[in-house]
Amino acid sequence: MTAAMAEGAAETAPPLLSVNNIEVVYNDVILVLRGLSLEVPKGEIIALLGANGAGKSTTLKAISGLLKTEDGEVTRGSISYDGETINGLDPGAIVRKGIFQVMEGRRIIQDMTAHENLRLGAHTRRDRAGIAADIERVYAYFPRLKERTGLAGYLSGGEQQMLAIGRALMAKPKLILMDEPSMGLSPLLVREVFGIIEQLNRDLGITILLVEQNARMALEAASYGYIMENGKVVLDGTAEQLKSNEDVKEFYLGGGGGERRSFKNLKSFKRRKRWL
Amino acid sequence: MENLRLDFLYQLMLTGLIIGTLYGVVGMSFVLIYKASKVINMAQGEFLLIGAWICWYFLIEYQLPFWIGFPLTLIVMMVFGIVLQVVVLRPLIGEPIISVIMVTIGLSIVFQALMKWLFGVSPQPYPQIFASPTVDVLGAQIRTVYVLSIVVSLVIVGGFAWFFKFSKMGLAMRATAFDQQAAQSLGVSVKSVFAMSWAISAMVSSVAGIVVGVVNSVSSDLSFFGIKVFPAVILGGLDSIIGAVVGGIIIGLLEHFAVYVDLYAGIGNLQQIVPFYVLVIILMIKPYGLFGTRDIERV
Repeated sequence: MTAAMAEGAAETAPPLLSVNNIEVVYNDVILVLRGLSLEVPKGEIIALLGANGAGKSTTLKAISGLLKTEDGEVTRGSISYDGETINGLDPGAIVRKGIFQVMEGRRIIQDMTAHENLRLGAHTRRDRAGIAADIERVYAYFPRLKERTGLAGYLSGGEQQMLAIGRALMAKPKLILMDEPSMGLSPLLVREVFGIIEQLNRDLGITILLVEQNARMALEAASYGYIMENGKVVLDGTAEQLKSNEDVKEFYLGGGGGERRSFKNLKSFKRRKRWL
Repeated sequence: MENLRLDFLYQLMLTGLIIGTLYGVVGMSFVLIYKASKVINMAQGEFLLIGAWICWYFLIEYQLPFWIGFPLTLIVMMVFGIVLQVVVLRPLIGEPIISVIMVTIGLSIVFQALMKWLFGVSPQPYPQIFASPTVDVLGAQIRTVYVLSIVVSLVIVGGFAWFFKFSKMGLAMRATAFDQQAAQSLGVSVKSVFAMSWAISAMVSSVAGIVVGVVNSVSSDLSFFGIKVFPAVILGGLDSIIGAVVGGIIIGLLEHFAVYVDLYAGIGNLQQIVPFYVLVIILMIKPYGLFGTRDIERV
């Protein structure tokens, strides 16, 4: 139901973020993304799924500008956000425009306290009073963080993930690029983190582009999904469509429907799909 | 045993403490660059030298009073640090760290020669700055400039503590030191963090340069003072600001204690080599230093 509404909205309003046919090259030689396109409509959670090495993280880094820090470059295509082309900008400029990437592995500053990490999240802001108020707001979301006064490196994995999300909120982003929020967390915590992501989307109206290995959870939260393979999108559709797609069930959700198909069929199906 | 001359020991220890604090201050500025960019700045000693010459020039050529010449020198050194980073070191970002260290060795040689070319090779004394050259501190005669030095050092140490704990730039610097890419993902400009670290480093080092210059007159020997900072920071832990201060004080005290020992042992110049013995011993038994951090490991 929500997915159908989302589709309707996506057709009328221009998307908040659109990635048009980009090609990304690392170190001038390694071609990682080959003609990737996707759209993120305002106010939605969009999932980006795929196997290891498909280029999901690279896609996020291309959007957030962090590609530059790894000697990567968008060599073709364009990324536009809110009607402006943003490829080639510095990561700092992109954060100021309202796009914030929560990197894979959380990457909190371990030798600082949780409070200092949150203040660091507001690096691009100047309003002192607003920052203090927002820290309290983050604590209201994650009361556990307030109790922890020691170094952030000693927080549990779940708390670190919450700190990473809280730090992202401090920048007042309109779009959060979330890379593997479930990584290294117990199933219970994964549920909690996804609950938070949905809450942020619902309450604060933050648009989220979610990269996940845990396809099942991601498709529960998202309204629309893209599936990547070898640096391009091979399949996309609403979360409902993807969840009921036999192919997606077999590859990403595990189990699939009914009995397992033979390896031979599987391979041929995969090959056909790539030529689509 | 004859008179142990305890009053002399007391005076030595007090001087050692003050000189040690100066080592600590230079050590902090050394650690600052190391923490921010992992560069070991071999030209740190030359920062002292340049600062001392610039201040001397203001006082002698322009006849400025010390209280104007001193802050003016700090401003010039800050600009110098930024220009140095932007012109020489920024293009090297992304190159292997060892190449950058080699460049700082080159810078050290260039600055040495440049200072000799500009100001000559003979040591130049500072003009009389204070009305009385020494003051009485709890029974010991201490040079007035040392009293100024310890006040300025304490202000600098306090300033560093405040800067890294509370200022936005300080937090950004710590974040950059810990995880450069994560800092960039938060919108921190690594370029300005690096420029800032060189600026502060050059400025703070020049304070030590001026103090030592006032005591011993300015000459290229000053850069040797910078070299003694190595044992101090290695002792304290290469990436610890507090470690640099503690290490500096320990080295300062040991060095002056060596003068006292030398009085009886009669080895001669023991003071010059003791810091380096300490360096060797520390590297053998505690290579991370007293306060050097190892990563937090959570399993």
